Amino acid sequence: MTDPNGRFGIHGGRYIPETLMNAVIELEAAYNRYKDDEEFNRELTALFNDYAGRPSRLYYAEKMTKDLGGAKIYLKREDLNHTGAHKINNVLGQALLAKKMGKTRLIAETGAGQHGVATATAAALMGLECVVFMGEEDTKRQALNVYRMRLLGAEVIPVKTGTATLKDAVSEAMREWTSRIEDTHYCLGSVMGPHPFPTIVRDFQAVISKEIKEQILEKEGKLPDAVIACVGGGSNAIGSFYHFINDEGVKLIGCEAAGRGIDTFETAATINTGRLGIFHGMKSYFCQDEYGQIAPVYSISAGLDYPGIGPEHAYLHDTGRAEYVAITDDEAVEAFEYLSRTEGIIPAIESAHAVAYARKLAPAMEKDKVIVITISGRGDKDCAAIARYRGEDINE
Amino acid sequence: MSDIKKAFENGKAFIPFITCGDPDLSTTAEAVRAAVRAGADLIELGIPFSDPTAEGPTIQGANLRALRGGVTTDRIFGLVKDLRSDVSVPLVFMTYANVVFSYGSERFIRNCADTGINGLILPDLPFEEKGEFLPLCDKYGVDLISLIAPTSKNRIAMIAKEAKGFIYIVSSLGVTGTRTEITTDIASIVNVVRENTDVPCAIGFGISTPEQAAKMASLSDGAIVGSAIVKLFEKYGTEAPAYVEEYIRSMKNAVRAV
Repeated sequence: MTDPNGRFGIHGGRYIPETLMNAVIELEAAYNRYKDDEEFNRELTALFNDYAGRPSRLYYAEKMTKDLGGAKIYLKREDLNHTGAHKINNVLGQALLAKKMGKTRLIAETGAGQHGVATATAAALMGLECVVFMGEEDTKRQALNVYRMRLLGAEVIPVKTGTATLKDAVSEAMREWTSRIEDTHYCLGSVMGPHPFPTIVRDFQAVISKEIKEQILEKEGKLPDAVIACVGGGSNAIGSFYHFINDEGVKLIGCEAAGRGIDTFETAATINTGRLGIFHGMKSYFCQDEYGQIAPVYSISAGLDYPGIGPEHAYLHDTGRAEYVAITDDEAVEAFEYLSRTEGIIPAIESAHAVAYARKLAPAMEKDKVIVITISGRGDKDCAAIARYRGEDINE
Repeated sequence: MSDIKKAFENGKAFIPFITCGDPDLSTTAEAVRAAVRAGADLIELGIPFSDPTAEGPTIQGANLRALRGGVTTDRIFGLVKDLRSDVSVPLVFMTYANVVFSYGSERFIRNCADTGINGLILPDLPFEEKGEFLPLCDKYGVDLISLIAPTSKNRIAMIAKEAKGFIYIVSSLGVTGTRTEITTDIASIVNVVRENTDVPCAIGFGISTPEQAAKMASLSDGAIVGSAIVKLFEKYGTEAPAYVEEYIRSMKNAVRAV
């Protein structure tokens, strides 16, 4: 899927300062050296299975299915992974790779804090130093995750520049990497940034669709009719889509954060409101003004509050292979509450965007159709914020 | 011959960087003319970007002040047109790839040529991606400036061989900003550059004092200063041009004699 220059159609590439070029070239060489290495893959599989708790369950959501009265709904339970989200898949892969490269320090950006927690976890496990950059606004929205990272031995640096959210955390992590490359690996958390990150992160997350395929064939004896996942940068979505890309009969649907609506400025729906640009190392779609200034995006979900989207998603959108829909804060919060009540599963507010779209789609489909929704993470971290959204003030 | 080469004909060059629109465009125009009077050989004009990932806090701040003040790419082209009525030193834009791309690459680069911009520095456009803008830069006679970093190592020769205008040697790891000490072995980088091209090279990142500028100029063809100048705008606002003139004069005097 990736060409040697890291292009997905016209998207991708590596638009980064010269200072970082040898670092990404070295990373690409190391990845090519290890990706098919038996020993590396044995170690990674052991970490996935024994440490992270893979394979994650594919759960038939019977009550939700009956309630919606249409397609049969399965939930891919990435929320059950160690650290509570899909982020651990990518992080274990990259941390293992960094170790093989002789790096002793990991840096990472984080939005909701899930990637930061996962990176801090892998760093603790593998004896690596860890520094996490997190927008100051997000450290307030996700105070519990800040504490978890510190507990795991990581240093958390609140980023005060710009909108003090995920995009600023990425910028700050990139700046830090240019100042310290020799011993440091930048453990990027999504399928974005300069080549080879979109490819590396996708490959480590592709375990999600590999498992869905095996599990659904075992349970239903056929492929699903639709796979639905939320999209910020897009790592859980590309992981959920990847092994179905060549199965034309499987609809792939990414759910973007519309925030207060795609007709407002308070949105983070990149495909629905953005246009082609070059930022954070890649060519892709970005929310920006007419002069290319990156827009201050908004979503209730810190993990989807990003003005861009990974280049492979931009390509899947261009070719029409995947469809990207926008889900508002209101719809996501309702879905958050709905899944909690209906199935006893509290999803991350990010994942609730995917649940929200399934609630629209499933009733319109025949009962013999099958939908898989990826529940990318668990929602404990969001409870205080959702309570506030509903006008209730609770202490964490 | 590229117009930029003229900047290197008055002894070692001093190259100041000014963020357009910080705090407003009339101050920028005044500061550019002050820089010319003080002996600046080439001036880097920054088009502000919302998320400048290669900049330290000082230039990030200037970008935000300028954008809050309402500066746009179109208004900056207007500024250049006005400056060109009396300013003849080479001018180059320093901005980010998205500012050019989003404006329409051809429209942007054609406007550069029409208004009198001689070169373009894009810190997020490495050698491998220069195909994005190079054909258009060649078509309109705008030099796309190459950067070489302390980590470039085996890439220096490749970059130098295809360089145009001048080569921007990044003195240190990290982002822009003043530094008390520059530890990179710049002499050996310059040696490799010289073996591969006649294009002049100037050193930037971390330079603020006349002593540092003289040292860097002694190793190359000139010194580039950004953050130290931007700090004057941060401190003095619309009063900055007089201070900028005095500062640039001291810096040019320091490098001229080298």
